[in-house]
Amino acid sequence: MLSFVNYIKLCASRRSHLLTKTTFQRYGYSTIKLTSDNYPNLKRNDNFKKITSDDLAYFQSILTPQELIIAKDKDELNLYNTDWTHKYKGQSNIVLKPKSVDKVSLIMNYCSKERIAVVPQGGNTDLVGGSVPVFDELILSLSNLNKIRSFDELTGILKCDAGAILEDVDNYLKDKGYLFPLDLGAKGSCQIGGCVATNAGGQRLLRYGSLHGNVLGLEVVLPDGTILNSMHSLRKDNTGYDLKQLFIGSEGTIGIITGVSILTPTNPKSTNVSFLAVKDFKDIETVFKRAKRDLSEILSAFEFMDMKSMQLTKKHLAETDGSMTFPLENEHPFYILIETSGSNKEHDDAKMEKFLEDVMGDETVIDGTMAQDVTEIEKIWKWREMIPESCQSEGAVYKYDVSLPLSKIYSLVESTNAKLLKEDLLYDPVKNPSGPVIGAVGYGHIGDGNLHLNVAAKEYNKIIEKCLEPFIYEAVSELQGSISAEHGVGLQKKNHLHYSKSPVEIKVMKDIKNHFDPNGVLNPYKYV
Amino acid sequence: MSKLRILVPVKRVLDYQLKPVLNAARTGIETQGFKFSINPFDDIALEEALKLESALPKGTVTTHAVSIGSNLQCRDILRNCLAKGIHDVTWINSGKYDLQPLAIAKILKQFVTQGDYNLVLLGKQAIDDDSGQTGQMLAGLLNWSQLTNASSVTVESDNITVTSETDGIQDQVLRASLPCVVTADLRLNTPRYVPLPKLMKVKRKPIKELSLEKDFSNVDIQSRLNIVSLNEPVVKKSGIVVGSVDELIAKLKESKVI
Ligand SMILES: Cc1cc2nc3c(=O)[nH]c(=O)nc-3n(C[C@H](O)[C@H](O)[C@H](O)COP(=O)(O)OP(=O)(O)OC[C@H]3O[C@@H](n4cnc5c(N)ncnc54)[C@H](O)[C@@H]3O)c2cc1C
Repeated sequence: MLSFVNYIKLCASRRSHLLTKTTFQRYGYSTIKLTSDNYPNLKRNDNFKKITSDDLAYFQSILTPQELIIAKDKDELNLYNTDWTHKYKGQSNIVLKPKSVDKVSLIMNYCSKERIAVVPQGGNTDLVGGSVPVFDELILSLSNLNKIRSFDELTGILKCDAGAILEDVDNYLKDKGYLFPLDLGAKGSCQIGGCVATNAGGQRLLRYGSLHGNVLGLEVVLPDGTILNSMHSLRKDNTGYDLKQLFIGSEGTIGIITGVSILTPTNPKSTNVSFLAVKDFKDIETVFKRAKRDLSEILSAFEFMDMKSMQLTKKHLAETDGSMTFPLENEHPFYILIETSGSNKEHDDAKMEKFLEDVMGDETVIDGTMAQDVTEIEKIWKWREMIPESCQSEGAVYKYDVSLPLSKIYSLVESTNAKLLKEDLLYDPVKNPSGPVIGAVGYGHIGDGNLHLNVAAKEYNKIIEKCLEPFIYEAVSELQGSISAEHGVGLQKKNHLHYSKSPVEIKVMKDIKNHFDPNGVLNPYKYV
Repeated sequence: MSKLRILVPVKRVLDYQLKPVLNAARTGIETQGFKFSINPFDDIALEEALKLESALPKGTVTTHAVSIGSNLQCRDILRNCLAKGIHDVTWINSGKYDLQPLAIAKILKQFVTQGDYNLVLLGKQAIDDDSGQTGQMLAGLLNWSQLTNASSVTVESDNITVTSETDGIQDQVLRASLPCVVTADLRLNTPRYVPLPKLMKVKRKPIKELSLEKDFSNVDIQSRLNIVSLNEPVVKKSGIVVGSVDELIAKLKESKVI
């Protein structure tokens, strides 16, 4: 007999589903090529020192054994050297995991003086190759700086270490009746500091806005070891330059974020989630317009997924989690996930009901379901959140994360598939059994005009890359979109920044980098 | 084979993932503003009824869901049952009465007898009071066979076979002939989602309502148990991390453990 406690455990598997080891186990690390082999144009900068025994002795003198990993063989640090998409692999032998801000400061001071290149690393869920070394850069992991520093239950202002894991912080806040204003599929691994460093967007942006608005203060260790502290609890502070903004989205290139002060909203008492199906992309726009009109202030997420992304997820979940039945009986061209959050259940239910009657009444929405309980809410979200992992479960995934005018969003997925087909790269069991690409799929935060275009493939190879790039970047640029809506630039988009930023903008960025990091030791080879 | 006439009793309960909060008078839990839903085990029983219907020859199975309770929203739960494909539903409005499992079993007994059902499929327990008694008591009152904690159900002519999950020993395989009571365990199936297009169709459909007071006036619903008081579980004190063995021994001595 299964006790209720086990029942809860079985159902509440929210955390464990993320970043499952399956793909890693299936493909292993040995098949991943070194970044330096894959990109022969990238050369190690000889101004950077190769680490000597004196350097190691220094690190050993300030760090305890738990704060320092020195690899004995080349595979020991695979977890730190390899990125989440398995596209990039560095060759670092050393990971520093300091437990205090002062130690971070000592490390940076030393590395700047000695010209030792450093990669800051949070949860290593970055999707653009920014969080792993390119060559032998030293890895500075924030994972041992993971405490909640304080929480003010009146104002909702939270102060925590940069290495605190998003999901842990969110659970802590939920116990207090609050919520972290950011939620994304990598929450079980990614860190608050990493999220700030990438200015992560995620599912709640539509409702709570970006980190540029919510972060109230930061504590940052500059490349020379100086601690820049602005851990305010002030919502209003107009005294000169707002320095923290520079570090939000800086991707570890100008400072190590060690502490974050952030405004958190109260946890909505009532949440509804529905999963809907429509015939074509145009109908998504119609539903979005009506959702804004009829659900207005309680609308908290509006995500879309295409048929192919759900098919990949179905396949992946069938292999990893048998309890996940697809929410709808049949397949449809597009799906929408709508979430509402509010404080009054009856009011929210009534609004949602009226909205659903409206969009189903004239058959804009052709099928759908509404979660009946919290378990179903979580399961429906899981269908959305498992897409990234599912896209990569066949071996490789080329990820593009773009901002586009709403009406143009899906045309990019279609033209990408057309190009892949034309160049004979699309797999087809009969016509093209050796085609290396499973297909281009689209999903994303449609409410923010953000498309995730993922090209699922069996392997990474140059022919696929040539087919996709610069084609996709040019198409985005033509439509005046952004080539990186929320994932950043990192290594992947380093050479494509000009599609979204003018020469003057790029020059100012370089000036800023030079100001903070004249020796260029922090996260080198990446976008600045 | 005789026709299978299935009754699925369903209970409306506080969503199992929410933390119940005691009301100020400590007589029950706060209900205002909380999400309530179908008892998850009843949802599994409901799913099994639907699966049996589609597995057996067309026209040989009827399904009926019944909910006993005083909240108007019991009807929403029943509408969801209709949308999922249950043929017919009834709400028994319990008015001001607080009902314990024995009373529920007695009410169900009358409902089963009058409706001429031959299979009652219900959850093995409700996750609010965790009593786990209704199915067994109903079988006793009806003098029917009972097959409890089912993790699989098969019907062959007039026989029902279930696999029953038990603690410790291996799964039991139990068989009985109709009529009988089957209680559903967690692993029996994964319930389907409520299809919105069908829900829209039954949205305005009036739900058949019976009154406990009028229609079940002969049933003795007297409580046999008195609830003396309700209290929150005692909060466990969090542990501490000691720095050394010496400190550990000192602490243990301090608290007179050694
Ligand atoms: C399944 C999945 C879903 C995702 N969904 C979204 C999404 O919806 N929206 C979105 O915006 N992103 C999403 N991402 C990508 C997102 O950028 C990361 O998940 C997250 O923001 C990075 O946090 P991290 O702690 O893992 O940082 P890492 O990956 O370790 O690092 C990210 C970058 O920040 C730098 N960095 C990390 N910590 C610090 C620090 N303390 N100080 C300075 N620099 C630092 C690193 O050098 C690197 O350049 C997703 C990723 C995955 C795997």
